[in-house]
Amino acid sequence: MTEINTTKEQEVLAKLDTFDELPDAPPKRRIKLTWVGKVSVAVVVFWLIIVVIGPYIAPFHEMDIEGDDGFLDAYSGEYGTFYLGTDYLGRDTFSRVLFGARNTIGISLLSTLLAYVMGITLGILAAVKGGWIDMIISRINDAILALPTIMLGLIVIAALGSSIPILIGTAAVIYATSVFRIARALGQDIMVQDFVEAAKARGEGIWWIIRAEVLPNAAMPLATDFGLRLVFVVLFISSLSFLGLGVQPPASDWGSMVRENLAGLTYGSYAAIWPALSIATFTIAVNLIVDDISAKSGGSLAKKMV
Amino acid sequence: MMTQMVLRRIAIGFATLWVVSVIVFLATSILPGDVAQIILGQSATPETLAALRAELGMDQPGYIRYFSWLGNMVSGDLGISKAGGATISSLIGGRLGNTMMMAGIVALISIPISVALGLWAAMHPGTWLDRVVTFVTLSLISVPEFFIATVLVLILAVELHWLPSTAYMTGNETFLQLLKALAMPLITLVIVVSAQMIRMTRAGILNVMSSPYIEMAILKGVPRRRIILRHAFFNAIGPIVNVIALNLAYLVSGVVIVETIFAYPGLAKLMIDGVQTRDLPLVQACAMIFCGTYVVLILIADIASILSNPRLRQPK
Amino acid sequence: MSDKLLEVKDLRISAYNDDKQEIPIVKGVSFDIYPGQVVALIGESGSGKTTISLSSLAYTKPGLEIVGGEVLLNGEDVITAAPVRQREIRGAKAAYLAQSAAATFNPAITIGEQVTESAVLHGVLTQEQATKRAVELYHALELPEPDRIGNRYPHQVSGGQLQRLMAAMALCGKPDLLVLDEPTTALDVTTQIEVLKAFKKVIREENAAAIYVTHDLAVVAQIADHIVVLYSGEIMEQGSAEQIINNPGHAYTKRLMDAVRPKPVAGMGSEVGAEHDRELAAVKVEHMTAGYGKGAGGGPAVTILRDINVEVRNAHVVGVIGESGCGKSTLARVMAGLLPQAEGKVILEGVELKGDLHDRKLEELQKIQFVFQMADTALNPKQTIGDILGRPLEFYHGISGKAKHQKVAEILDMVELPADFASRYPMELSGGQKQRINMARSLAANPEVMLCDEVTSALDSIVGANVIKLLTKLRDETGVSFVFISHDLSTVASFADEIVVLYAGRVVEQGPTDEVLTPPFHPYTRLLISSVPELRIGWLEDTMKKREMAVGIAKGVEITAVGCPFYNRCPMGIDGTCNKQAVPVRELEDGHQISCHLSIEELQQAEVDTRQILQGYEKAGEESAAKPIGA
Repeated sequence: MTEINTTKEQEVLAKLDTFDELPDAPPKRRIKLTWVGKVSVAVVVFWLIIVVIGPYIAPFHEMDIEGDDGFLDAYSGEYGTFYLGTDYLGRDTFSRVLFGARNTIGISLLSTLLAYVMGITLGILAAVKGGWIDMIISRINDAILALPTIMLGLIVIAALGSSIPILIGTAAVIYATSVFRIARALGQDIMVQDFVEAAKARGEGIWWIIRAEVLPNAAMPLATDFGLRLVFVVLFISSLSFLGLGVQPPASDWGSMVRENLAGLTYGSYAAIWPALSIATFTIAVNLIVDDISAKSGGSLAKKMV
Repeated sequence: MMTQMVLRRIAIGFATLWVVSVIVFLATSILPGDVAQIILGQSATPETLAALRAELGMDQPGYIRYFSWLGNMVSGDLGISKAGGATISSLIGGRLGNTMMMAGIVALISIPISVALGLWAAMHPGTWLDRVVTFVTLSLISVPEFFIATVLVLILAVELHWLPSTAYMTGNETFLQLLKALAMPLITLVIVVSAQMIRMTRAGILNVMSSPYIEMAILKGVPRRRIILRHAFFNAIGPIVNVIALNLAYLVSGVVIVETIFAYPGLAKLMIDGVQTRDLPLVQACAMIFCGTYVVLILIADIASILSNPRLRQPK
Repeated sequence: MSDKLLEVKDLRISAYNDDKQEIPIVKGVSFDIYPGQVVALIGESGSGKTTISLSSLAYTKPGLEIVGGEVLLNGEDVITAAPVRQREIRGAKAAYLAQSAAATFNPAITIGEQVTESAVLHGVLTQEQATKRAVELYHALELPEPDRIGNRYPHQVSGGQLQRLMAAMALCGKPDLLVLDEPTTALDVTTQIEVLKAFKKVIREENAAAIYVTHDLAVVAQIADHIVVLYSGEIMEQGSAEQIINNPGHAYTKRLMDAVRPKPVAGMGSEVGAEHDRELAAVKVEHMTAGYGKGAGGGPAVTILRDINVEVRNAHVVGVIGESGCGKSTLARVMAGLLPQAEGKVILEGVELKGDLHDRKLEELQKIQFVFQMADTALNPKQTIGDILGRPLEFYHGISGKAKHQKVAEILDMVELPADFASRYPMELSGGQKQRINMARSLAANPEVMLCDEVTSALDSIVGANVIKLLTKLRDETGVSFVFISHDLSTVASFADEIVVLYAGRVVEQGPTDEVLTPPFHPYTRLLISSVPELRIGWLEDTMKKREMAVGIAKGVEITAVGCPFYNRCPMGIDGTCNKQAVPVRELEDGHQISCHLSIEELQQAEVDTRQILQGYEKAGEESAAKPIGA
């Protein structure tokens, strides 16, 4: 004797007849940030605003030597208030930090953007064309990637000087190599998908395929990578400045500022700490955002082990 | 099959080294500043300058210079430091030892700590300790090395006066003094390298732990300890060795900053000084050593990956 | 009732999504299993059958939780048992066989160690006893080199062998309950038989109880005593295998059976409307050879297809059958211009086409459209349905703007989907709906020929059956010709006008469906037809007796340059002729062709012989006492 569940019979049939089927995957949730992520976004936005308006709200100009003396703690004097004290020359640390945002973050952003344009263009080109174009660019890319970044930057800057365009260019070329690899891998992955082959079978030209099929699918992973890349560039440029090869004094740049005021530590001056802290807050925040966005959902097997 | 892949990878390694040498040579050749001028000073006449240049071999075309330089390098003759006249080998000798000693101690301390912590975090994902570890390591890799160094100097040297803020060594310190002098650069490097290693170890092991054969082991009722030690471990060795080799490679870069901050008499400091004084051969030699080590370490990392793939170890 | 092995009572399992919302997966399921009984859980994807089967091991996949009910194994509720107790049960009392053997084995550990691991750890056997038992099991499962296979690593054995090794692994610890999760779904039809037979034998010998999870009713009919039909986490019907198969009660069960397996006999194939019939073939392939890479002497390095001659008449459906690797997909690709042929011609409406699609004219590309197997990857996830369907309209016909929207709505209607789907993205659609869009995209181009490459293979049976109905309707309404590629003979036979049988890159038989499915057959066609499980209890036993099975299954596919490729598996192969000489094509009526060295009369005779042998077996079977199926 069979047991038959007749209660749902009509409903089930109706569903089958109207092809009312469930989507294969649940709809993707929108990007959700934890509170950590939200705080990080606030920090990043804050610094970006400073990049724009920093020099206008600073109480002193970055090069003004208005303080009474070097390495003083915060105080208010006849010229104004030095919120964070003075640096080794007697300039206002607070103002220089505000000015410095432009150099440090601004240069880094430009370099990263440039690196992206170069890396994506070459990467997609190599992925789509393949053949000897791919091989040549990849070999050159691998060679550059094979060298430690600081070393490479050191040598090139020492050779060509440390003007700002050279700085931007060097950082861009060095980091374009990583972007190239990622763009190429993404491009290759996408190119072998059926929907690209369907487009080819239709007779679509290569430019249409790149524009309409490849790029939209590469956008999201590349955007996430942008954050990571930006952090590396900031670290790179500020490290170069710290070594004396980056932004040159008297311009204010957070890395150079740490270098200039390092000796002050032994005198108990925090002048070197403030710019370093600024770098840290910015880069940690960006990394936290990227981490938050890429957090994987779903359980893990580890909990199932006994 | 596997030996084939390994040999191929080594061959690529040599090719990369060669390309590196070309890049180093090219990059340093365009360093402005005439060495001959520096040696003879401002008062040199054009004739003596030309004579010195000829003697130094600077008037020969690029590729000839390159190959003679390469030849010398390979045979051990690193040339003569233009700025001082001493042989580069003698200059490098002691410094290289210093740098390697520091790198060695850093590796010895950070590898066990990192692998252990990374392993532990991977086995207890989501617990508060794991979250703390993740956050702290993330922060540490986000900041420049000089930041960590600066903060350490602030806390340990300035505030607490436990350690000196530079690593100035004359060669006749007592062991304790030596230790104290080295402590800060060591601690800085250990922190920097460990943070990256912990993260990568954790990720590598988590990756292995989410393999489907692990779920099957659970379904067979295999106890946790055995799953980790027998099932996961051997598949994780390859990635872990890979991580270690990669991070030792990063150490090469990290050394540069640290030696500068703490005035540690190592190879990187020598090289930076050489850049300042435009001492071409010195810079070339140092750069080759650094880059070469870096390439070799990456090569080891890749070979570890190849060797640990069981599909390649036991061919069909 | 303590004589039941497994009692599932009102089991409820739910998933939790990222917003912490509960999504019920299993909504109150109850059934029982007695010792030695095989119970089949049937259902399509989303029915919850795997989840239910795993719960007997007190396991849920990460992200799922048991929210209610009881699962009593030997009277003990495994759900509420302590984790340590649950671990003791897994592998010892209840053992699991996964769908994919490749994912089950650890690539770094030998097979033997993994097979014996569970038994030894749970203290059921010592290591020596376990190893000995493992080798006995390898023998029973008819694995090659049973004494040495345990020392191999998983990547060194084939897929079908790994599947059986999984069974050895599960049985080594002598569990009371076996859970088999779609173990033959991923295999070829002819391999499936082999594995099914091995499983059935070993389950009987061990007197184990089993849960067999699958969507294929015909497979289940061979092995189950009791059937539970599931839909969307609820039981629709359950009962003894005999009753359900011969007398299904619930409408869903009936639908399932209709969709799964009509037996491929003559009398199928649909009528072609006279208004679409034309003299000129829609597309023709002549003496075509194709492959990959560049070999010595200018030909391809790896030759996939040899000397193919196929003709597709207007508004006809031509089914191309073959197993994996036979080259059926390659045939479609050559027609579409995705792979240029090395020799031969592709002719579209009397005009010869260039091999590479880059060299073809736009109208030529428009007239031949290719429909991919996996709709998931054939649709760009970042484009809306409206964009996807609209592009061919723009590209081929220059239609844009409002006219385009209108046309898109019309096309959606043709594939029986609502017009508002145009604003949706592919990920919001189900597998069947995506496949319809896939076809709609080809339709939008207004082609003459649509090449369907395994378009229903990745879909559930009922969903796939609906897609086939759609195909037939489209053909009737628009007169488009179809080339339908599949490995599933019964699906193809149920609606194709002509059938082309491919083996190892050659056409071994082709002709009108009715003709191909009546004897005389090419020996491979015979093997194929016999391998398709019938919705009939006892079919497996009958089939195993046929001598094709004995010879045909054990060998692998050989691609040969000379002679007949089927020689090494053919029960009637003649040494010196079949393996050395070019194969003649025998012509029968209506364009029916068979490529065989044997004459038509010989093939007819072989058919008669087989029937006599079968009758002999049946007689012998009636006389001896057969072990009854079911508890």
